[in-house]
Amino acid sequence: MTEGPEFLNALILLSNYVVLPAITYGSQLALGALGVTLVFGILRFSNFAHGDTMAFGAMVTILFTWWFQSLGISFGQLPTALLALPVGILFTIVILLLTDRLVYRYYRRIKSKPITFVMLSVGVMFVMTGLVRFIIGPKDQNFADGARFIFKARDFKKWAGLSEGLALRSSQLITIVVTMLLVAALFWFLQKTKAGKSMRAYSDNEELALLSGINPDTVVRVTWILTAVLATTAGLLYSLDKSFKPFVFFQLLLPIFASAIVGGLGKPIGAIAGGFIIAFSEVCLTYVYRKFLIYLLPESMEPETLVQLLSTEYKFAVSFIILVLVLLIAPTGLFKGKVV
Amino acid sequence: MSYLIGEGLTGGYGGPDIIVDCTIAVDQGEIAVIVGPNGAGKSTAMRALLGMLTMHHGSVKLDGKDITALTPQARIGAGLSFVPQNDNVFTTMTVEENLEMGAFIRTDDISGTMEEIYELFPILKERRKQMAGYLSGGQRQQVAVGRAMMTKPSVLMLDEPTAGVSPIVMDELFDRILEVKDKGVAVLMVEQNAKQALQIADKGYVLVMGKNRHTGSGSELLANAEVRRSFLGG
Amino acid sequence: MKPKQRPFIVFAIMAAMLLIVGFVQSWSVALVILNLCLVSAIMALGVNIQWGYAGLFNVGIMGFTALGGVAVLLVSMAPVSAALEVGGGQMALAAVTLIVGCIAVVILYRAWGERLFRKTVTCLAVIAVFFLVHSFYGPASDAIEAVDPAKTGYLGGLGLPVILSWVAGGLLAAGAAWLIGKITLDLRTDYLAIATLGIAEIIISLLKNEDWLTRGVKNVTGLPRPVPFELDLQESPWFIDLVETFNRGALAGLGNTERADALRMLSMEGSGIFVKLCYAGLFMIVLTIIFTLCSLALHSPWGRMIRAIRDNETAAAAMGKNVTGRRLQIFVLGSAVVGIAGAMLTTLDGQFTPGTYNPLRYTFLIWVMVVVGGSGNNLGSILGGFLIWFVWIEAEPVGIWLMDVLTSGFDPASEFRARMLDNAQYMRLMVMGVVLLLVMRFSPGGILPEKTGHR
Repeated sequence: MTEGPEFLNALILLSNYVVLPAITYGSQLALGALGVTLVFGILRFSNFAHGDTMAFGAMVTILFTWWFQSLGISFGQLPTALLALPVGILFTIVILLLTDRLVYRYYRRIKSKPITFVMLSVGVMFVMTGLVRFIIGPKDQNFADGARFIFKARDFKKWAGLSEGLALRSSQLITIVVTMLLVAALFWFLQKTKAGKSMRAYSDNEELALLSGINPDTVVRVTWILTAVLATTAGLLYSLDKSFKPFVFFQLLLPIFASAIVGGLGKPIGAIAGGFIIAFSEVCLTYVYRKFLIYLLPESMEPETLVQLLSTEYKFAVSFIILVLVLLIAPTGLFKGKVV
Repeated sequence: MSYLIGEGLTGGYGGPDIIVDCTIAVDQGEIAVIVGPNGAGKSTAMRALLGMLTMHHGSVKLDGKDITALTPQARIGAGLSFVPQNDNVFTTMTVEENLEMGAFIRTDDISGTMEEIYELFPILKERRKQMAGYLSGGQRQQVAVGRAMMTKPSVLMLDEPTAGVSPIVMDELFDRILEVKDKGVAVLMVEQNAKQALQIADKGYVLVMGKNRHTGSGSELLANAEVRRSFLGG
Repeated sequence: MKPKQRPFIVFAIMAAMLLIVGFVQSWSVALVILNLCLVSAIMALGVNIQWGYAGLFNVGIMGFTALGGVAVLLVSMAPVSAALEVGGGQMALAAVTLIVGCIAVVILYRAWGERLFRKTVTCLAVIAVFFLVHSFYGPASDAIEAVDPAKTGYLGGLGLPVILSWVAGGLLAAGAAWLIGKITLDLRTDYLAIATLGIAEIIISLLKNEDWLTRGVKNVTGLPRPVPFELDLQESPWFIDLVETFNRGALAGLGNTERADALRMLSMEGSGIFVKLCYAGLFMIVLTIIFTLCSLALHSPWGRMIRAIRDNETAAAAMGKNVTGRRLQIFVLGSAVVGIAGAMLTTLDGQFTPGTYNPLRYTFLIWVMVVVGGSGNNLGSILGGFLIWFVWIEAEPVGIWLMDVLTSGFDPASEFRARMLDNAQYMRLMVMGVVLLLVMRFSPGGILPEKTGHR
């Protein structure tokens, strides 16, 4: 026997298994896509090393988390990893600036074609992947601590008097809050500060930016720093929410690119919208609607099959199909991004 | 000795020399115009003054100082300012942000200068929260000139500022440029509309095949029969 | 060094390195490396057709390799009649419905014209087709997968000779490439890269999850071979005679029993080498054919046009060349070559394991081969395939040895040392990245650069 109104149960079911996970995943994708889109807007290439940048940032953060844990430092209810995050960001900034200095800068000076940069980023990806696996190994790493739940499904059921429960994991709440803070800070930076405006100007019209006395080296440096902050945070939030496995970050590249392109490459606001569109589509299309429909439909119409549109293994296909559709119908994406 | 002078300029974009032994000069409070047929190297001559091409000979002096070795950025810092012919505004930024970006190298308070620009181009004040990309062609040119004026330059260089705008807008733009000149700025222009441009010019240069063909005051050139026949359509 | 001599010298060095491996490690190891070098060289040729000739940045090489691999299974395995009985008909129905449905949707889309709700109606039609196909496909795949799942649980193949599958692999990859190319080739280069990256992932997940077709992650082992089995060889008198002739010196002067033992050992060793040599011979033939065709194509008027399009697309289009059509050709041809190599690789392995395809090894490593060898130059790609595969394989033992030396100061039982030794194998990823970056920076044309100027 179900308790409470059926449609409320259905709603809670959907919130628990679709809405919350999709918002969380969408936030992680949005942060990742923001990094890709910034690099594209300023440096004008698709950075294939971005997934592994996320892995690198998350790895450093995890290493320092372990160190803090061994020293007995904790962050109370919050995961210690959040304390280690600034250190992870710092290391990632250093490695990205170093990469730019050793790899990309030369080609910027000789004005190479965008595709050359894409290939360079493949080389960087190799080095970073190797580095991450060399340092931390290819396996799953456990580093989470602090409270696991804000509230549990069981408590929610008792409180609401429903048969369906809603659970809020702390990793989900942290993801959402951190994403909101970071995005707000990023937009404030881009819209209100002189450095941020100069980045937008450079992205808009490189020659005119140079004629206005904007220093391209500074713009590029700031871009890499922002990318490091976004990538490390995205990587850590993803690892906290799911798990840290180095190879996963390469697979994330596809939905991240899809998010950035769907929103319009080079458009920060587009990257965020794109992240949520991809995440919601993925989760909605691979969710098993059987129980949901049982709640809503009269008994005679209850489905016998799983009512799953697409098996979970094909979630990559979802981002891909959306990507292709957008490229065919509106190649500049929802927010009129760049087509270089 | 003029305020800005490029003497014996010879160079191009890496390939063959586009301008050869070309001399262009302009003084403060004066308008100099470069005219000539298509492909004469007018824009190239202006870009040479800005340091945007590979030079083989010649020197550029600003206020007596040799700036030949400076990068374009450094020349902007030294007081030059340039309005390109195309893509001369940041289309995804507001009018006000365009002006702010124009003043990027300044560290002092820019609000006064911005007020001056708004006085010069009142329409920009009305539109200052609008994206520059949504403005009409004439308004865009005003934004472009305004952006270039934000550094309080001593030399303003304009590459065909009236290309693609209607005759009425052209007259208005020329009026504004005269006002800019009256502020004591040295104005150097490349123009297709040679007749109108020479009418407001203090000095004119007629370039042909990358070389100086005629040089003189605006009225002299307008009166010169050969110039009239060859370049001004009789 | 004259440019003309350069290929001979570098290939001689490559041969010498393989010989050194033969003498130092073992001939068996050297031959394993050689065989994979040959396959890699073919893959690199395929990618070179796309990148070197036409400037297409395809990051979905892994997908085409895997399609070649699945062709081996579909062509050479014996059909599973029980599965065909329970689900074959319905699965065929599903396939027919899919094809008919797609055609119907296209006809509907065209017939609808500019009337209202065109997109909505098309979408609804697509959804209807999806559910219709699914209604046949679902039960059929369940039924097929239920047939003796531990051993079969899939439809099996056609039971044809395995060599045919190499051609089939090429055709399958070409078909997929045509479909993909139709959709993505008009996109700008970055987008093409991202699109192909996605397609490869999708192909792999299809192969991993459509158990009725491929057994998925349960793998298909015991694929037929185009060469004799080692055990059969060891029983064959002609082979034992051959081994005896080869080793007459070593066998002389041994007693009868000792001699028989020694001979058995030698035939065991020899059979492995013989089989690998057979593979090497077959691969060499394929490589030679493809290389010859590539060279002919590159220097034909067609090849010149392709390069003209690569170097200046706008000019080529202005001269009336069909840029998109040529690109599609190139994309299909290159992918077909990769598909052939994929089929050869699976044949060499003797098993189809969709879980082992990973983009670093099957896509990006091939890219390193092409760039390092010299993009646009066929010989260069072959060299790149050899060299990079060699480094990829040998970097692992060298890396471990290096770590062993570097950490020898530590306590042998220390966790740090164990970890470093464990992870040393990943150094080769870094090596590959660094090699790629160094070549691009200091020798952008690769080891054997494309010949430009006179043709």
